[in-house]
Amino acid sequence: MADQTAVAVRKLSKTYGKVEAVKGVDFEVPPGEVFGFLGPNGAGKTTTISMLCTLVNPTGGSATVAGYDVVRQRDDVRRNIGLVFQDPTLDGYLSAEQNLRFHAELYGVPKSVVGDRIRQVMEMVALWDRKDAKVMTFSGGMKRRLEIARGLLHSPRVLFLDEPTVGLDPQTRSAIWGYINQLRRMEDITIFMTTHYMDEAEYCDRIAIIDHGEIVVIDSPEALKASVGKDRVQIHTGDDARAIEALRERFDLDAAVHEGAVTFAVASGEEFVPRLFAELGMPITSVSVSRPSLDDVFMSYTGSTIRDAESGADTMAWMRTMARR
Amino acid sequence: MATEAISVRTPARGAGHDLRAIKVVLHREMLRFVNDRTRMLSMLLQPVLWLFVMGTGLGSLVQGSIPGVDFRTFMYPGMISMTVIMTGMFSAGSIVWDREFGFLREMLVAPVSRGAIVVGKCLGGALVATGQGVIILAMAGLVGIPYSPALMLTLLAEMFLAAFTITAFGVLLAARMKNMQTFFGLMQMAIMPMVFLSGAMFPLANLPSWLHFLTVINPMTYAVDPMRQAVFSHLDVPAQVNAALNPGVQWFGYQVPVPLELGLVAALGGVLLMFAVAQFRRAE
Repeated sequence: MADQTAVAVRKLSKTYGKVEAVKGVDFEVPPGEVFGFLGPNGAGKTTTISMLCTLVNPTGGSATVAGYDVVRQRDDVRRNIGLVFQDPTLDGYLSAEQNLRFHAELYGVPKSVVGDRIRQVMEMVALWDRKDAKVMTFSGGMKRRLEIARGLLHSPRVLFLDEPTVGLDPQTRSAIWGYINQLRRMEDITIFMTTHYMDEAEYCDRIAIIDHGEIVVIDSPEALKASVGKDRVQIHTGDDARAIEALRERFDLDAAVHEGAVTFAVASGEEFVPRLFAELGMPITSVSVSRPSLDDVFMSYTGSTIRDAESGADTMAWMRTMARR
Repeated sequence: MATEAISVRTPARGAGHDLRAIKVVLHREMLRFVNDRTRMLSMLLQPVLWLFVMGTGLGSLVQGSIPGVDFRTFMYPGMISMTVIMTGMFSAGSIVWDREFGFLREMLVAPVSRGAIVVGKCLGGALVATGQGVIILAMAGLVGIPYSPALMLTLLAEMFLAAFTITAFGVLLAARMKNMQTFFGLMQMAIMPMVFLSGAMFPLANLPSWLHFLTVINPMTYAVDPMRQAVFSHLDVPAQVNAALNPGVQWFGYQVPVPLELGLVAALGGVLLMFAVAQFRRAE
């Protein structure tokens, strides 16, 4: 009954009243892949993942997860997926281990392996020594780790992670990515995740960029970056409006202010910078040149950076992006 | 870091699996209760206050008209029901809590039937409430009720039945409720009249007809009355006092027998449970 594809989606759509949250998306995820859904908040990521997890019924199209239809074989889908939501779903009054035991019973994990399996997943997220502590004493990062452990407890074929690192500090985020990478080596599992962090999308084998309920493009991060070609240059000046005008007049470049800096794309950016300083005709206080990032990919496919696409700009992510350059 | 992953094969859905789900939901209810001492105490305080403060005060007032019986003895079965009702409702209310804190989602996405989760919740609430009732039961001697094993067992069983029905009612209320305040407001609104009109506080004999009507349609009446009849059957009380304090329930002159009363409570519990399950099936 189960076929080779971990997730197969055909013209899947969801309408709430008049709002088309997801407009007929198509994609397939082969087993063993880490597949990322990338897009700004409100792009339809969570709605799509909710349909795949059988939490929301699609208005149109169909989808199979682990070979089972998400509408007609709901329980089969549920037995074969693990879920980590954006919001915590733990019982704070129970200990970490009690939370996992609850899950094991609810999913019918055979009694003979429950204890060992709980220990294994908790060791994996380095929480075994805290197994008896009440969950309400845990930090946000520890809770998320525990949820990942719980999502894995019943050996799901597909693990769904909805924004697994949102709201966590950078150390915890990288720790969580460490677990996810370790997971790929240890378990025979497909990971389907959503994120709006560009730097995290790079860990995926393939990314689907989703915007306004539609998939704009699906490919590996490398291929997507290669498809953009140009480097990104960002400059800080005393007068951004004049700089944009000067760039158009003298270099015939379209520039715009993104994330507080005058930003434009140009082929071989490093060679362009000396010319820029010589010919712009106004002082430049700082300059950065970057190889195409997924930000640029996103921008070139959707016309805006992901942070501009969201109302609340995520300056942290930007600062990290800068720090890596 | 070690080793091969332990691979788990989860079974297809079946009765055994649903049974495990019922058990674990029930087990969690117990854990939560045992861990929450404050709640245990506060749930006990109210009936104890009623029994020993109100009961003593009112008792001194009515002493003359009920020779040979302590008014607190009369109130005792009512206070058992009150404890059971409050505890059961509170357990049911934890569903709203679970929804607010996300844990309900963990239960609802599991590959088990909604029925198993609701039944587990109701049984858990009923057991916890019965446990709470046992503490009141232990006080029987203080109000002059003998610790006869037959009486204790009867009361225990009747308590459990009442608790199950009231928890099912609470779960039904909680099924769509989004926040705790609303639930507790509603719970207060439902419990107060049910307790007042059940014969828990005053005897149902010789009431004005409108009040009699209200007590007869109050389901809780049929949970309190069997307990009172059980208590009084183990007491040595003059006939006219028995008639005043323990009149039973009458429908147009027909004395409703205890088995029928218990049957009514059980049937109501079953119906409420079915509705609650239906609500959760719908709440996708």
